[in-house]
Amino acid sequence: MKTFSPTEFAIRYGFLLLMAGLIVVFSVLKPAFMSPQSAVFILQSVAITGILALGVTATLVVDGFDLSIGAVATSSLMLSAYVMVIWEMGAVAAVVLCLVMGAVVGLINGLLIVKMKVPDLLATLGMMFLLVGLQRIPTEGNSISTGMVLSDGTNATGSFSEGFLMLGRHRIDFILPDLVPLSVVFLVLIAVLVWGFLELTRHGRVMYAIGSNAQAARLAGINVAGYRVLAYMISGVLASVGGILLSARLGRGDVASGNNLLLDAVAAALIGFAVLGAAKPNAFGTAIGALFVGILLQGLTMLNAPYYTQDFIKGAVLVVALVFTFALSGRAGRGRG
Amino acid sequence: MTRQAITIRGLTKAFGRNAVLRGVDLDLPAGQVTVLMGANGAGKSTLVKVLCGVHRADAGQVLLDDKPFAPEGPAQALRSGVVTVHQNINDGVVPGLDVASNLLLDSLAEGGSLFLNVRRMREDARRIAAAVGLEVDVTRPVAGLPLADRQLVAIARAMAHKPRLLILDEPTSSLSMAEAQRLFTLIDRLRAEGVAILYISHRMSDIRRLADRIISMRDGQVSGIFDSAPLDYSGAVRVMLGHEITEVDITIPPPGPVMLQATGLQLKPEARPFDLSLRANEVVAITGLVGSGKSALASVLFGLEAPVAGSLTLNGTPYLPANPAQAVAAGVFLAAKDRLINAVIPAFDIQSNLSLPFTKNHSGPLGLIRRTTERAAATRSIEAMGVVCQGPRDGILTLSGGNQQKVVVGRWMSQASRLLILDEPFQGVDIQARRDIGRRIRDSATNRATLVLCAEIDEALEVADRILVMSEHTMVGDHRNEAIDLGRLMAQVAGSVEDRMDIPA
Repeated sequence: MKTFSPTEFAIRYGFLLLMAGLIVVFSVLKPAFMSPQSAVFILQSVAITGILALGVTATLVVDGFDLSIGAVATSSLMLSAYVMVIWEMGAVAAVVLCLVMGAVVGLINGLLIVKMKVPDLLATLGMMFLLVGLQRIPTEGNSISTGMVLSDGTNATGSFSEGFLMLGRHRIDFILPDLVPLSVVFLVLIAVLVWGFLELTRHGRVMYAIGSNAQAARLAGINVAGYRVLAYMISGVLASVGGILLSARLGRGDVASGNNLLLDAVAAALIGFAVLGAAKPNAFGTAIGALFVGILLQGLTMLNAPYYTQDFIKGAVLVVALVFTFALSGRAGRGRG
Repeated sequence: MTRQAITIRGLTKAFGRNAVLRGVDLDLPAGQVTVLMGANGAGKSTLVKVLCGVHRADAGQVLLDDKPFAPEGPAQALRSGVVTVHQNINDGVVPGLDVASNLLLDSLAEGGSLFLNVRRMREDARRIAAAVGLEVDVTRPVAGLPLADRQLVAIARAMAHKPRLLILDEPTSSLSMAEAQRLFTLIDRLRAEGVAILYISHRMSDIRRLADRIISMRDGQVSGIFDSAPLDYSGAVRVMLGHEITEVDITIPPPGPVMLQATGLQLKPEARPFDLSLRANEVVAITGLVGSGKSALASVLFGLEAPVAGSLTLNGTPYLPANPAQAVAAGVFLAAKDRLINAVIPAFDIQSNLSLPFTKNHSGPLGLIRRTTERAAATRSIEAMGVVCQGPRDGILTLSGGNQQKVVVGRWMSQASRLLILDEPFQGVDIQARRDIGRRIRDSATNRATLVLCAEIDEALEVADRILVMSEHTMVGDHRNEAIDLGRLMAQVAGSVEDRMDIPA
């Protein structure tokens, strides 16, 4: 048997232990923290960023990066509102158009990177700017809601369909009546699917190979460009799902929402590197990373920490997680190499 | 007696336990071109890096014009008059700046006045450029220049330092013939000016054109000095490659039907077309110096590059892969050289590295990987190749070089193929691993054609039924591996046999 190494143990379980410790501390200080309602609140608060983070994880796996996810999500928010309020179409059309939009943006990102050889950060940064601007053009910079004044002087008569709003607001019975919001169900479902795809299928395996040594993957007969594009499409589609859920929660096309989505999602995915000493992007770690941030913020809020300290705390957690991943793992000889 | 620009005595350098230079004694006379030859790993690059200040020697002495020379870094080596033009031309120029700034880069870096006097800079630059016969607009950015001009910029920049020793590392590898001629003219002039030139190359045409002396290196030592006219080119190659022939019993099996047929294959515009046929059951080795076209041939067969001309058939049907995926699907596998760059997935364990090209064969519905069959296949490969490890889940980087190589070779033997190409399969492995891999290649060769590319002749002799020789991107020799005429084979490797034979089927 291998001898016990404290460094190895810290790398593997340090982050999970830290999370368990946080839960214990918060529960002791505020017994209400351990209630099912509190748990559900945490999950709901991280549902959308978690879904976006799982998409970023797919691009990180092929050694890429998608900075456009936040903009895709807010575009999806505006598009769904526009489809229902201005075009007066139903929930299904809104959802389908948003998903298609996400897939197309992912496809364009992928082609920019693979065919036009634009570096991933720059391509998706450009796409981010483009979308942030584009989503405001149809409404001349205004938010979208029922009754808004259109450019021809009339009022918009369409409204968010009940079915669509359910996606963001409906709660299903689980232990307690009306406990679990649908968005949390989506998060769990998507997390399991992305995890299964990356860890259990040959496609996920091949994507990890590309991320580790793209040249060797190509010489093994793998369609590297195709899988890269696929990763950005996964990221785009998941970001649009996040936008749909945000739209359904808000019930209006709010131009000011979703500012923090990109940074929160990226932070969750990067924190995920440190979970179980993976030292690589992974779906389980990403989910835990999102949860970790949610737990920390909920606990601090219950302890009356002011809201403006939140970003600072998230940043501090991210830095600590990155030290776990790169410094400690590197010393133990299991860096990303 | 010629004056020595550089005198090297007892130079040693080791990286960890790996002794790369083991007591090099070398003189480089002023006003002469000394060609340095050596196979991969012979220590050429390390020697160059010691001379140009990148590495410091562990022991030994270097004298530059009879004064001790131990540069602290590349900048100091340059100032002392040791100028190096690296194989990768972009190491020597700043592509984003214009020609004038590049030519004056060293004086710019040293400081001076705060503002640049643009007009004076351009005049200085034109003077420097004219000195090496570089005729370009000095205001053009270097990135827009052809490769040869970029190289001249690098050399011209170096010339400003009044060099005593100019080191050129494979300078013609990416030049056209006309561009190479211009470089040779410049070298002639520098030689006449009394500069000592150390020229590293395997191109026999370059070497014949330029060499006053040839030094061969092998295993970190000088293995031969040839300086009496006429130069013995074949002798230099022989000394460089070594020729301790290892006793290996090769029983040549009866060849099967033709598996791969290449007709009129042309790998470079100026190269002579050739035919090639590879039969089932036979192991064919192609040998030749670095840059002789072995890897270019592999690239064509594996769909990485299109040939200039020629047609291929595989198992009787036309075969022209557009990418590696199509080649693999057609049953043509390539175990690439330089495993850490081209083959190993560092993040993966042995099992996943082995199954990488064949995940389809190990997965069920929805592409879910069947870990049990994957593991069983991995265990079989590990046993067949004799990989020394704890188990199939060991990380690939925990293995020694030889065992890593067994994994990347074993990867392509785990499934049946029509044509298996192994590019330098014995690269960087110890003698035991080399024997294991060679035996495994021969034992599994039935029903497929096997092509082994290796620069070292003894490796070819150990593994092949038939040995082909490449030179200048074409086939120049074909030997059945029985009572082989080694002298003739060596001469063909050195490119000095002029009988342009066609390769019989």
